[in-house]
Amino acid sequence: MISGVIDFLTDPAQWSGPRGIPTRLGEHLYFSVIALVIAIVVALPVGLLIGHTGRGVAAVSLVVNAVRSLPSFGLLIFFVVLLSPLITGKNNLVYLLPTEVVLVLLALPSILGNTVAGVQNADAAARDAATGMGMTSSQVLFQVELPNAMPLIISGLRSATLQVIATATIASYVSLGGLGRYVFTGLAQQDYSQMAAGAVLVAGLALFVDLLLALVQRFVVSPGVSGRFSARAGTAPAATVTTENPVPAVA
Amino acid sequence: MSTAGSPLLAGLEQRAQLAAPPGLGRQVLSAPLAGLEQRAQLAAPPGQWDFVGYFRSHTSDVMSLLGQHVWLAVIPVVLGLIIALPVGYVARRFSWTYPPLVSIAGLLYTIPSIALFVLAPGILGTQILDPVNVLFPLTIYTVALLVRVVADGLASVPTDVLQSATAMGYGSFARLIRVELPIAVPVISTGLRVAAVSNVGLVTVATAIGTAQLGQLFSTGLQMSSFRSYYAPIVLGIVLCLLLALVLDGAIVVGTRLLTPWRRVVRPS
Repeated sequence: MISGVIDFLTDPAQWSGPRGIPTRLGEHLYFSVIALVIAIVVALPVGLLIGHTGRGVAAVSLVVNAVRSLPSFGLLIFFVVLLSPLITGKNNLVYLLPTEVVLVLLALPSILGNTVAGVQNADAAARDAATGMGMTSSQVLFQVELPNAMPLIISGLRSATLQVIATATIASYVSLGGLGRYVFTGLAQQDYSQMAAGAVLVAGLALFVDLLLALVQRFVVSPGVSGRFSARAGTAPAATVTTENPVPAVA
Repeated sequence: MSTAGSPLLAGLEQRAQLAAPPGLGRQVLSAPLAGLEQRAQLAAPPGQWDFVGYFRSHTSDVMSLLGQHVWLAVIPVVLGLIIALPVGYVARRFSWTYPPLVSIAGLLYTIPSIALFVLAPGILGTQILDPVNVLFPLTIYTVALLVRVVADGLASVPTDVLQSATAMGYGSFARLIRVELPIAVPVISTGLRVAAVSNVGLVTVATAIGTAQLGQLFSTGLQMSSFRSYYAPIVLGIVLCLLLALVLDGAIVVGTRLLTPWRRVVRPS
């Protein structure tokens, strides 16, 4: 099995052309990035607003849990069947649109839920102090609550990203490109090496992107929040509560 | 982009040909296509959303898929808990093992389920249709989730309770079983609920490798939608998955209440 996978991955023919690994990888990233950007643009402002005002927090947790228990594979097929008859002409859009709808839908709960939780969990004393110093409501949100919520927001983004990468793989089941293509073509051709190579590529991509976001987290999160002070400051790292919840990569 | 071999696309192309302006090609094609359309109507009955009707007409098939689904979702939760309890205890008892164990667990969680489903036969040497290929990855996910939960649950036991238990003469093992674990039950059960609910959804992904479970209703629905959208099996599959997740979640909540009778006494009502 391992030698078959290595043979497949080191075959120069697999690294070029419209069905080569770089093309598939590019497609996979393309689908994932579109969905994540839309999800962030929608969920981040809404989450900040709900967290800041405290209105609709219960509704958010309800929606988040409901979407999480939906089977992503079923959702994908449902939207393909629902939306593809509405699109005529371009074939790629027939698959791209339903897939993106599902990917956005799956990315929203983690980002929205974690943004709301992050803002809500911001230290009440810090919030009060900011108001006492004369900060306006929006200053409190962007200068106090948002930096405090950053670790949770990024961890929500990380689990959303994993979810999207995993589901984009399954999207190849409905004839879209991406790395899942190897899994399903391999299955159809009874070519286990190809399937396993696809699985290895997907797993590698997921691990790599998660590592990248972990690095982003280090740069984006304020040292005051993460407890990482420079040696120059000479302060012992504050024992901050890091509530990184391991949200399962459903799908 | 390769689109060959998709039942849906085949249908779409044929529909596009039907919509083409009348001409020579249209006349040549019309006879076989008329036959195809009739067959499509047979395949997709009029009630395209009627999932209850679909369930009635396919009861035994759907029930056997549901039965398979229950086993594939529940066994990994049970196995995962059995494995995670000692590992979580080690992570709590020997604190230097906590960071590496939790990191490994997080790393395992990062791997998409479809990748593990596909790699399982290669790792285990099983046949591709063997249900073990589904049970193994889901057990790994459950363990990965629960190790941290068990360790944190045991850590949540108040120190004075531990000291009281020791003062009353409990040995370390008896204290673990009769004092620490029961107090950690609510925390562990929260993790168990997440694992059970997400497993129900993850099992459907195994349709990709051909294992029989409710996910097959989705692929059936896709195939039957070649000519006209037919939602009944797809909606039925989603509804049954939601119900199953709800039932498993409820069962764990009830089980937790039975295991922690003292928590009911505290409640005001």
